[in-house]
Amino acid sequence: MGKRWSGLGGWITERAPGMAPMYRKHMSEYYAPKNFNFMYFFGSLAMLVLVNQILTGIFLAMFYKPSAEAVYPGVSEAFASVEYIMRDVDWGWLIRYMHTTGASMFFVVVYLHMFRGLMYGSYKKPRELVWLLGMLIFLALMAEAFMGYVLPWGNMSFWGAKVIISLFGAIPYVGDTLVQWIMGDYLPSGATLNRFFSLHVIALPLVLLLLVVLHLAALHEVGSNNPDGVDIKKVKNVEGKPVDGIPFHPYYTVKDLFGVGMFLIICAFIIFYQPTMGGWFLEHDNFIPANNLVTPEHIKPVWYFTPFYAILRMIPAKLPGVLTMFAAIVVLFLTPWIDRGQVRSVRYRGTGFKAALVVLVIAFLSLGLVGAGVTTELIPALLGPSADVTLWENLFGRIMTLAYFGFFIFLWVYTYFGFEKTKPVPERVTMHD
Amino acid sequence: MANEVVDHGRRRFLTVTTAAVGGVGVIAAAVPFIKSWEPSAKAKAAGAPVVADIGKIESGQMVKYSWRGLPVFVVNRTKAQLAALPSLDPRLKDPKSSNTDQQPPYAKNEHRSIKPEWLVVIGICTHLGCVPEFVPDIKPEPFDPNWKGGFFCPCHKSRYDLSGRVFDGVPAPANLAVPPYHFIDDTHIQVGVDPKGAA
Amino acid sequence: MTKRMLISITLALALLGAPLAAWASEGGGLMTAQVNVRDTASVQRGARLFFNYCVGCHSLHYMRYARIGKDLGLTEKQVMDNLNFTGAKFGDTVQSSMPSADAQKWFGKAPPDLSLEVRAKGEDWVYSYLNSFYLDPSRPVGWNNTVFPNASMPNVLWELQGIQVPVLGHEKGEDKPVVERLRMDKAGQMSPAQYHAATRDLTAFLTYVSEPAALKRHSLGVWVILYLALFTFLAFMLKREYWKDVH
Repeated sequence: MGKRWSGLGGWITERAPGMAPMYRKHMSEYYAPKNFNFMYFFGSLAMLVLVNQILTGIFLAMFYKPSAEAVYPGVSEAFASVEYIMRDVDWGWLIRYMHTTGASMFFVVVYLHMFRGLMYGSYKKPRELVWLLGMLIFLALMAEAFMGYVLPWGNMSFWGAKVIISLFGAIPYVGDTLVQWIMGDYLPSGATLNRFFSLHVIALPLVLLLLVVLHLAALHEVGSNNPDGVDIKKVKNVEGKPVDGIPFHPYYTVKDLFGVGMFLIICAFIIFYQPTMGGWFLEHDNFIPANNLVTPEHIKPVWYFTPFYAILRMIPAKLPGVLTMFAAIVVLFLTPWIDRGQVRSVRYRGTGFKAALVVLVIAFLSLGLVGAGVTTELIPALLGPSADVTLWENLFGRIMTLAYFGFFIFLWVYTYFGFEKTKPVPERVTMHD
Repeated sequence: MANEVVDHGRRRFLTVTTAAVGGVGVIAAAVPFIKSWEPSAKAKAAGAPVVADIGKIESGQMVKYSWRGLPVFVVNRTKAQLAALPSLDPRLKDPKSSNTDQQPPYAKNEHRSIKPEWLVVIGICTHLGCVPEFVPDIKPEPFDPNWKGGFFCPCHKSRYDLSGRVFDGVPAPANLAVPPYHFIDDTHIQVGVDPKGAA
Repeated sequence: MTKRMLISITLALALLGAPLAAWASEGGGLMTAQVNVRDTASVQRGARLFFNYCVGCHSLHYMRYARIGKDLGLTEKQVMDNLNFTGAKFGDTVQSSMPSADAQKWFGKAPPDLSLEVRAKGEDWVYSYLNSFYLDPSRPVGWNNTVFPNASMPNVLWELQGIQVPVLGHEKGEDKPVVERLRMDKAGQMSPAQYHAATRDLTAFLTYVSEPAALKRHSLGVWVILYLALFTFLAFMLKREYWKDVH
């Protein structure tokens, strides 16, 4: 051979020469802008949560039984097996809480990650593909979360499944057939549970993993955006490396490690001291076994679906409601083409954009409150017991729905017709710390 | 970059410390996952000690009980069967029950039991886990012309005497295992719990 | 991280948090149970009440006698002598002694399993329910409840609590009289304070039963968080060290 290879790294390189360049491309020589702030933790945190969900999910699947057969009168084997995990399996409770908390934290992290993209224009050219792949991840994640939520076969699982699947019934002509086909029965049943289990543990995780790989691959082709929205590849040093870029490893691995620590402290607090989060992460009514004759009094989806659910409720007709709800997600897909602005980062964009972004956040959170039924309880408290709850709630919810869609309409008008007055963007990134 | 001198010692120290503390965390986090494979409370309840009423087992008879899903053989041995046991010692692999894994200390004797006539063994061949047949009579058998009664495994022809001791020249490596058990009274034993005072 | 960013995040959280806090502080007219599942003596007394008064009708499908013993510091003998009256084995789960078909016949509805009652309804609800029975001859079992109107369950603790009767009143614009409050008609073996304490114990036991892992959760969590704080501190030092390169 004439060459001396040392250690495992050498052994691998000899056999798979492409590995080391891959490592260099994605880690040690992936140049990330040096001015990442707090908002840039959420990508790697989402990855961490994904790993957590897969690991804990693998173990839960060892003990969970996807069966709607009754083991006690009115109690399915699926429901009982979740309590079996919570009580009889050593440490099963911890593994389950890691999974349920992980599910909610996944959405916390992903929503913040998406908001980061909106703030700093990460969806703008040349990163449209990164954004689209990210949106597909969001869609797959919603499907994954919904099916996972059905598995404990509590009363909210059952009625959640029933309501969400019924949405497909709004499709003209084929709707009813489609609903029956999805459920494999005339109501959500053991057949539904079994297929959702399969999709939840095998199909969708594979799709998610593939999409995450593509999302990262697409990102690393064009490089990360940053809080200044500056293209760091424009200014390079004599070696051809971006002056404002630093190798992802070690600088962002150590920084993200710190972020992971902070994040895990929050997660640990929830897992050990607030696992139900007062009914927001694990709902009270889901501790009651599925009952196809009794709808829970406060039926609502888990918090991360509530904004979209509220939009559905605010439209007083079935098909338009469903379409509007889907439109709320579709507009997010289209954001790169709606926003015609020349400047990426909110730091240098016009006042109109900043105001609109604040309105979007308020609208999204408010719709969340409407969808979760908080406003139903809040209106009598604020306006007195005789207030017309439905009237006020619809008024509020519809204003917020308009505000949500208004953001995207405003964004297009504001940028397409050149109303935006931007500030000059610096040549180089700025450091604030 | 690198206007200041990098303190490599400090950097290495922090890297190693963080990696070590992180490693401890990862190992600790693995413990619940590994432990979750232990028998669950449900499995433990199903494998709880079993009480067997042996009052109706006549001399020379065997009754099978189930404990933790294992067949437990309880044999009421006759005087003649007991008397024949010492004569077999030269033909056995472990006549003195020296392999302490195969019985509790209180069953390490010629009859491998607490009370001489009552044999309690797990009916699982120590070769590959088949259930041996009970062949009690002292008479020539096709597999042994000098048969003094015992157990015969149909899978690979391993033979045991009426104390569950394995014969020489058969595939099974060890004597049949004696489970922990004790006498509640003259007609009841509890399998799964040692006698009081015996560990 | 810029200051502005911090301020906007705080504002956003405040926007979301304020109405939630306001909403959460409303109790919905329930009494506060204030149970403490780590008060083992209280949970033990509650267990005794449960097994003397409740288990005749209500099961705890997912709760094993052995686990109760282990968590409440009771020996097998203590559990079998004081809590287990059905002849179940130590490792068995707690089943009620009444066949559910009979229950259906007597109460019109099988008494629910109580393993997860507190997780489903909340401890305040259970505590209030136990204190809100009153005599109502119009009901098949002769009892009614202000927290759960038209409940099919009689007040099995009446000998302890005494008998409450309703004080009726008229609400504006309503024809039918409504129960304004309850009045003690005939005292029981316990004083009202004693009965509150006893039902608090019973609620504590049901709270424990609804999530036995909570005991472990509470004791372990501190150590996990302390460890993570150490790790995060080290990671922070490491980050600062490496980032000395970045200007």
